[in-house]
Amino acid sequence: MTTLIAILVLGLIAAAFGALLGFASVKFKVEGDPLVEQLDALLPQTQCGQCGYPGCKPYAEAVANGESINKCAPGGEDTIKKIADLMGVEPEPLDATHEQDNRPKVAFIIEEDCIGCTKCIAACPVDAIIGAGKQMHTIIADECTGCDLCVAPCPVDCIEMRPIEQTTKNWQWDLNSIPVVELD
Amino acid sequence: MTEYLLLLIGTVLVNNFVLVQFLGLCPFMGVSSKTETAIGMSFATTFVMTLASMLSYLVNTYILAPLGLEYLMTMAFILVIAVVVQFTEMVVHKTSANLYRLLGIFLPLITTNCAVLGVALLNIYEQHNFFESIVYGFGAAAGFSLVLIMFSAMREKLADADVPGPFKGSAIAMITAGLMSLAFMGFTGLVKL
Amino acid sequence: MQSIINRIENNQFWKFHGGIHPPEQKFLTTNKPIRSLHLPEMLIIPIQQHIGVAGDICVNIGDQVLKGEALTAPSSPMAVPVHAPTSGTIEKIALQVIAHPSGLSELCIFLKPDHKDTWRERNICADYKTLARNEIVHKIAEAGISGMGGAGFPTHIKVDSKPNIDFLIINAAECEPYITADDLLMREHSATIVQGVNILKHLLIPRMVLIGIEDNKPDAIASLKKATESYNDIHICVLPTKYPTGGEKQLIRALTGKEITSGSLPIHQGIVMQNVATCFAIAEAVIHDTPLIKRVVTVSGQGLEKPQNIWAAIGTPVKDLVALSKSLQAADKKAIIMGGPMMGFTLPSDHVPIVKTTNCVLVPSEKELALENKEVECIRCGQCADVCPSRLLPQEMQWSAKAKDHAKLKELNLFDCIDCGACAFVCPSHIPLVQYYRVAKAEIRQQELLDLKAEKAKARFEARKARLEREKKERIEKQRKASEARRAAMEEKSGEGSTAKSAVAAALARVKAKKAQGKDVIEDPREAAPEKDTQKSQVAAAIARAKAKKAKAQQNEPVSPEENSVHPDEQVEAEKKSTDAGKSAKVAAAIAKAKAKKANSTKRDVETSETNKADDSKKSAKVSAAVAKAKAKKLQKEIGAEEQQPTPIPEVDKKANVAAAVAKAKAKKQQKEVGDDEQQPSSKPEVDKKAKVAAAVAKAKAKKTARNVTQVAVEKESMVEELQSEETTIETTTEIIVEPDDKKQRIANAIAKAKAKKQQAQPIADMASSNEEELPKEDNKAVAKKARIAAAVAKAKAKKQQESN
Repeated sequence: MTTLIAILVLGLIAAAFGALLGFASVKFKVEGDPLVEQLDALLPQTQCGQCGYPGCKPYAEAVANGESINKCAPGGEDTIKKIADLMGVEPEPLDATHEQDNRPKVAFIIEEDCIGCTKCIAACPVDAIIGAGKQMHTIIADECTGCDLCVAPCPVDCIEMRPIEQTTKNWQWDLNSIPVVELD
Repeated sequence: MTEYLLLLIGTVLVNNFVLVQFLGLCPFMGVSSKTETAIGMSFATTFVMTLASMLSYLVNTYILAPLGLEYLMTMAFILVIAVVVQFTEMVVHKTSANLYRLLGIFLPLITTNCAVLGVALLNIYEQHNFFESIVYGFGAAAGFSLVLIMFSAMREKLADADVPGPFKGSAIAMITAGLMSLAFMGFTGLVKL
Repeated sequence: MQSIINRIENNQFWKFHGGIHPPEQKFLTTNKPIRSLHLPEMLIIPIQQHIGVAGDICVNIGDQVLKGEALTAPSSPMAVPVHAPTSGTIEKIALQVIAHPSGLSELCIFLKPDHKDTWRERNICADYKTLARNEIVHKIAEAGISGMGGAGFPTHIKVDSKPNIDFLIINAAECEPYITADDLLMREHSATIVQGVNILKHLLIPRMVLIGIEDNKPDAIASLKKATESYNDIHICVLPTKYPTGGEKQLIRALTGKEITSGSLPIHQGIVMQNVATCFAIAEAVIHDTPLIKRVVTVSGQGLEKPQNIWAAIGTPVKDLVALSKSLQAADKKAIIMGGPMMGFTLPSDHVPIVKTTNCVLVPSEKELALENKEVECIRCGQCADVCPSRLLPQEMQWSAKAKDHAKLKELNLFDCIDCGACAFVCPSHIPLVQYYRVAKAEIRQQELLDLKAEKAKARFEARKARLEREKKERIEKQRKASEARRAAMEEKSGEGSTAKSAVAAALARVKAKKAQGKDVIEDPREAAPEKDTQKSQVAAAIARAKAKKAKAQQNEPVSPEENSVHPDEQVEAEKKSTDAGKSAKVAAAIAKAKAKKANSTKRDVETSETNKADDSKKSAKVSAAVAKAKAKKLQKEIGAEEQQPTPIPEVDKKANVAAAVAKAKAKKQQKEVGDDEQQPSSKPEVDKKAKVAAAVAKAKAKKTARNVTQVAVEKESMVEELQSEETTIETTTEIIVEPDDKKQRIANAIAKAKAKKQQAQPIADMASSNEEELPKEDNKAVAKKARIAAAVAKAKAKKQQESN
């Protein structure tokens, strides 16, 4: 008898709490997921699809839903670290299936080889290629995200990815410049 | 009134849950790498602990005790805590997306936080009345928040500091926690109840 | 304000936080006069020597230039020109290692002096006060003056600022331990400097002019005092020697007590600061029309026998200046520092030219350079924070910089660090703090650029997505309209009762719809370009598809040889029954559609062949003709012996002609391009007859089209042989065709073309539905049957041809 009472009492308590939670879940329903926006902001927006998703936003959504965080090759370790911070998980090394070389690159069309097929224009996710059919195409280097999606469609292989050249504008200090000297 | 104040100070400093009673060590080590997160966690824990100690008192006094079901205390309290945590999570999610993000997976972790269950059980053992239970719950949470935020601030500095190799990472955090615990031992005898 | 002025007038100045007293080394050069200009063998003039953007080069290799001639023209307000320091020839314009710690190259103009030093025409202006303000500013800009203290900010922007300037501060502090360039300049040219100050005063109308100078330059102070005797508003403010008094914010703090808060500029507080050398350059530019082509450079250090100040032409390689001062060290051991010992950097090579901001070239002895002290752990002594003139926390920043915690660094106001090096100077652990900050700053800037770029990329991506979405909708809408038009046209015609007419109408409607669609497509610019221009390549694509289809047909097509052999009776029957031309036209249309449909399902491995083939329209049209023939041949082979009935039935012939005409009408648009430039007239009776039949069917409108098409067809066939040599891929099949002028061959050709055309014109997805729309009266079974009949006819004809060969 006491056992029955115990079960009944606990059951009642549980039912009451369950009802409360059920009410709360309806009352405090949240639309959308702010996490996706935040993740999307961390991604480099190259829209390269190397993560297996068609763009950065879809990958952000996937990460929010439990996809592994180490698939963004253009972002590299830095981005993984940031995502790990945001998600509150440990950073992982970059997915080994990706190329390790994630230096910033920019596409370059070897203009004498271009036949003007417009295939690369259709492939570019950020419209960074200008040209028309039968006309030579060229890359707007400033807009190019270096995603190399235009390389594969080119029927004559006239597009190559070139690392961004270092200039005095984007040069980063190295530590072996002038040693600071104590005099006398 | 003085009694409540003494109880509060006693719980926050003298019998600090984390550093003296060694309860709630999991979030203490886990959520202390960033001050921002630690503050969020503190708020959530404070809310949950206060509410849970109140509710568990009510459940015990008005449901379990009259029916002679005190032996189900632990089970019932866990139920109470789980509900409060879930409820908190929903409210936080709705009201503050940012805090929700900060807390992340730690909010559900409060459910299994021994400090919360501890405060509920200790309320019963110490035979606190309703208001004492609330003050005790709040005090415990305040003490937890205090040390968590202090500890996270220290860890943030430690993260960038040139700690000797063998002590890097968790080791130095443990040492820091130990030193903090020692410091809190100094409050012993401050309050005579 | 008044209290500030009072204090200044009483020579009571303020103190800025921190600062150090590095050992004084100015004695090395301070007692020698400035050595006069020496021209090297080659001047290397970098086209950008200031903050901002480079101008456009306006000279060519081999040009003779005169002294003072502009070599670049500024293209934006932030650009200042560079000038030829002497007369000579432009030898080359090439990349050259420049004065930058990275040792990277930038574009430089190489000028070979002719040692005649011929000036360009100059307009000496005796009284600048007669000039309008903007004229003076223009002169300053034209003279290429940028801040000569170090940063190199274009001066004309700084002096062309808004009114209500309280203080014009002339920075003569020169706090770096070795540098005496400004000191010597003040001693020797104080009058000109004061002229420059007056010009600035004229431009800015400040309440007060303060010349901030450290007390370790007594001679300079004396000569400046003498030169400014007659001006009440110019105050010579002698400050105690402390590094870095010469820093902009520090000097402002020391002279006026004002704190320039983080992120704001001195101009916001009504203060403009100019370097003393800049004042000299301004006076030269405005009064003597002399652009900035030379400056005083301190060449110092105990590694030199004769350390001294030199008037150096801009572009003089450092090597020449060091040679003038007689280096004591072996060439390979030399470490040359550009700038002072506190803030300078080691040069990557001694071919680096002097630029407008170069105030010092330091050749230290090994004793001076000291051993490279190994960096050890921070001992938290806090001396760095004590000496930091920007009141930052160098120790905290160092940890954050090492941990690359950019957010924390920004919190610690890293960007207020002026790179003065005081913290590193006092650090007992020899931590090169400044270097860490420089790295961190560069990284943060880079990251900000990347973030900006990512944002832009995102916006562009989103915009593109939206555009594609919109285009898709528009396309669907157009298709819907086109199919509606088709249906309407058909219903209208079918009211007249004749099946023949309705079928023809359907064909015409399709032609119209096609045209309409073509037009619509052209309206959409992005879509139009590929559409139009790749049309020919699409022909080639169609060929490839047809080929693929053929291969498939052999394997699993319902119109297999077996099936064909089963139906010959039915076929004949059907042909006999269908004496009216319209019905057979429908059949032909059905064939075309059916074939196209099948072809759609085949894989499109066309890309590779496409690019090779799509050279010109002629060629591709020829190719399509050839392939069509080849296919006909193939089909004929397939049916081979099974075909028993006599093929050239007149009805069949006629019907086929009609079908050809309809198909050709459809194909017309595509072929028109070809037809236009092929004028060979076709006078063969068969062709004429066929054209008449086509005219009857397609009415007046279609007639012209059909003729065009037939002409083209004739032309094409006559070229098949030529094609054989061009197109190796289909060579073998085309070889079989011996009678290019054969009528039936043309028909098969036309059908194939129609099919290819159809495929091209109709989006794949729409195919099935449009079939039904066009031929609503016929159920699918009937269509299939007729298609088979038509196919059999074509095959029979092809066979006949084969036999006649």
